[in-house]
Amino acid sequence: MSKEIRFGKKIKREFFATPMSSFVTILFASLLLYILYFVLNWGVFNATWGGDSADICRQEGAKSGACWTVVKVRWRLILFGLYPYEEQWRSALACLAILITVVLSCLPSFWSGKKLAITWGVGFATFYVLMKGGVFGLPVVVERDWGGLSLTVFIFSSVAMIGMPLSIIFALMRRSKLPLISKPMALMIDVTRSLPLLSIMFTAAVVIPFVLPEWLLGDKLYRLIFGFSVFFAAYQAEIIRGGFQAVSPGQEEAANALGLNYWQTLWRVMLPQVFKAALPPTINQFVITFKETSLVVLIGFFEILASGAAAFGTAEWKFAYKEVYVFVGLIFFVFVFSLSRYGAYLERRLNVDKA
Amino acid sequence: MRQLLNNQQVRNTTLQVLFVSTIAILFVTFVVTAKTNLDAQGITSGFGFFERATAWDVNFSLIDFKSSDTYLRVLIVGFLNSVFVGAIALSLATLAGVTVGAMRTSSNAMARIVGTYYVELFRNVPLILQLLFWYALLIELPHPRNATIFLGGNLQISGRGIYFTGLNVTGLSAFLAIIAFIASVIAIAWIAKAHRFQRTEPAQRRRLQLIVAVCTAIFILVIMYVGRIPETELLNVPALKGLNIRGGIRATPELLACIVAIAVYGTAYIAEIMRAGFNSVPKGQVEAGDALGLHGAQIFWRIRLPLAVRAVMPTLINQYIWLFKATTIGIAVGFADYFFVISTSINQSGQTLELIALLMLGFLSVNYTIAWVLNRVNDAIKLRGTQNR
Repeated sequence: MSKEIRFGKKIKREFFATPMSSFVTILFASLLLYILYFVLNWGVFNATWGGDSADICRQEGAKSGACWTVVKVRWRLILFGLYPYEEQWRSALACLAILITVVLSCLPSFWSGKKLAITWGVGFATFYVLMKGGVFGLPVVVERDWGGLSLTVFIFSSVAMIGMPLSIIFALMRRSKLPLISKPMALMIDVTRSLPLLSIMFTAAVVIPFVLPEWLLGDKLYRLIFGFSVFFAAYQAEIIRGGFQAVSPGQEEAANALGLNYWQTLWRVMLPQVFKAALPPTINQFVITFKETSLVVLIGFFEILASGAAAFGTAEWKFAYKEVYVFVGLIFFVFVFSLSRYGAYLERRLNVDKA
Repeated sequence: MRQLLNNQQVRNTTLQVLFVSTIAILFVTFVVTAKTNLDAQGITSGFGFFERATAWDVNFSLIDFKSSDTYLRVLIVGFLNSVFVGAIALSLATLAGVTVGAMRTSSNAMARIVGTYYVELFRNVPLILQLLFWYALLIELPHPRNATIFLGGNLQISGRGIYFTGLNVTGLSAFLAIIAFIASVIAIAWIAKAHRFQRTEPAQRRRLQLIVAVCTAIFILVIMYVGRIPETELLNVPALKGLNIRGGIRATPELLACIVAIAVYGTAYIAEIMRAGFNSVPKGQVEAGDALGLHGAQIFWRIRLPLAVRAVMPTLINQYIWLFKATTIGIAVGFADYFFVISTSINQSGQTLELIALLMLGFLSVNYTIAWVLNRVNDAIKLRGTQNR
């Protein structure tokens, strides 16, 4: 059979197998084409790209589509928030450092506790030094002035760094054979998991000052990160517990029989296998956490959603909210989509290994 | 001493005592500090504030509410609003999610493509961004004066919300009527399916179902009659008066934005779960149905869907709880959900600890109810014993 005929048969089988199938194909194809036409018309063909003020989109005879001028003029506000204008290169470099850290930790050759800890430690320290300054002749920029994408990245990476070890501790405590440790831990994890993240952030940022003595308080931002980390750890602990259940009990028994003690069994036998089993849901959890970082805008932090809102918050740009939302949405989409694709790829690879 | 340290039992006891006492000390610190702080502000703790008037209004409530009503009432309003949004959004997300999940596992490539685009687009953008986007679109709809009018004025769409014709009855009776309707549908389905009625005659079963339906209908009519707002027309038709639309039932843009955002976002997640479920259905089952001469719809409804739901029920339960928790983002557009009402109450009354406890209690009770009900469903449909089908 020639290639063309085979291709034609495939098309027929996939799209026009039955009259019903043909109908569905035509229906969905026209829907898709209509949406594509609409989006392209708005976003590309009828869009305004140039200019440096809103007048170009509002004057007589302006194009009816998107006004990307708002992004062109105000992208630095959206990405960096209120960070001092001359220092914004630091903010960009800091984000790049975390991005490199994330990419590195996706490489299988970095998958050991020590390597990951070092990578994240170095990446995070670079981020913090660049953002905060005060050394190497960099002027100090206090946390209150951080904003935009770099604040989102800061909260996300802090939560990952505090939450991950915390989640291992939580999971171990929940699996503990001592009832007075496992029972309270189980209760705490279950309660935390059934509360909305927003309420936990709110409690950490607004309510905690009521119940903690002043010397324990710390900055509002760090309280929020702490609350977020506990929430992350409660979810991640359940994933790790699932990983423990996926490892056959014979492994632990064999380690005990060889005379390894608790910590040796844990670090050298159990955890490597646990994390292999728990890898896909763990990546999924990171994806969700990155998206949920945007909730901090509701607690009053100037992260990328708030700086986006500020970009169209003036009388001049009031009409251009769609363009800004699409721009911010695209930034999230690029990160989240690539991470979730990577997770799906990993899942397939692990399944192949198993088979 | 060394012997004591190496004694397993001593170590275990010490560890546990240390852990529990740390928790206890933390808890006591919380309470003592809170007490001092509250005393300093002159706030009396306890639930006495329930009886006080709020002096602030909410923008949407299922039961009557005005600013002279009490805190207890505003909390009930918020709670009902959350459950209301959650119920509608989760039902929509389930329907659409099953559809998109089926599309993604369809034999038709075009359906698969559209399903994949949908999931990837809406799953990879934060929910709150989607909510703000929908809200901005909804309030940009035309002013009430230029509202788009359907069905001869019975449905009017404007930037202040969607108005449609309703009945002039109190909120409570409408609520009871809806509950009665849902209960009767469940009862009729139960009579048709439950083991208890498998041995009764079909005619008798039909009679039972008819009795349930008639009783419910009478109950609803009575409730509607009793609950009628006096001196009004039975039908409440929206109409333009001055600058705004009056009358009818108003779905505010805040409410609509919350429902649309959670439903659209939830659809993407439920579709992914359902896709895994459909993929887990053994091919042989579908082929067996084919061999028996069932047509496509029968194979879907009687073989693929039940088997898929059974496979993913535990995952679905977690997803529903997670989506219900997502209703808290209503605060981003000012929708008066439970969390919004609680946080406003905290700002206004200062009764921080009590309100936080109520917030936890509210979400725990709803989430445990969802989990309990769905776990019963799961117990009823899951594979029993070690049989391997």
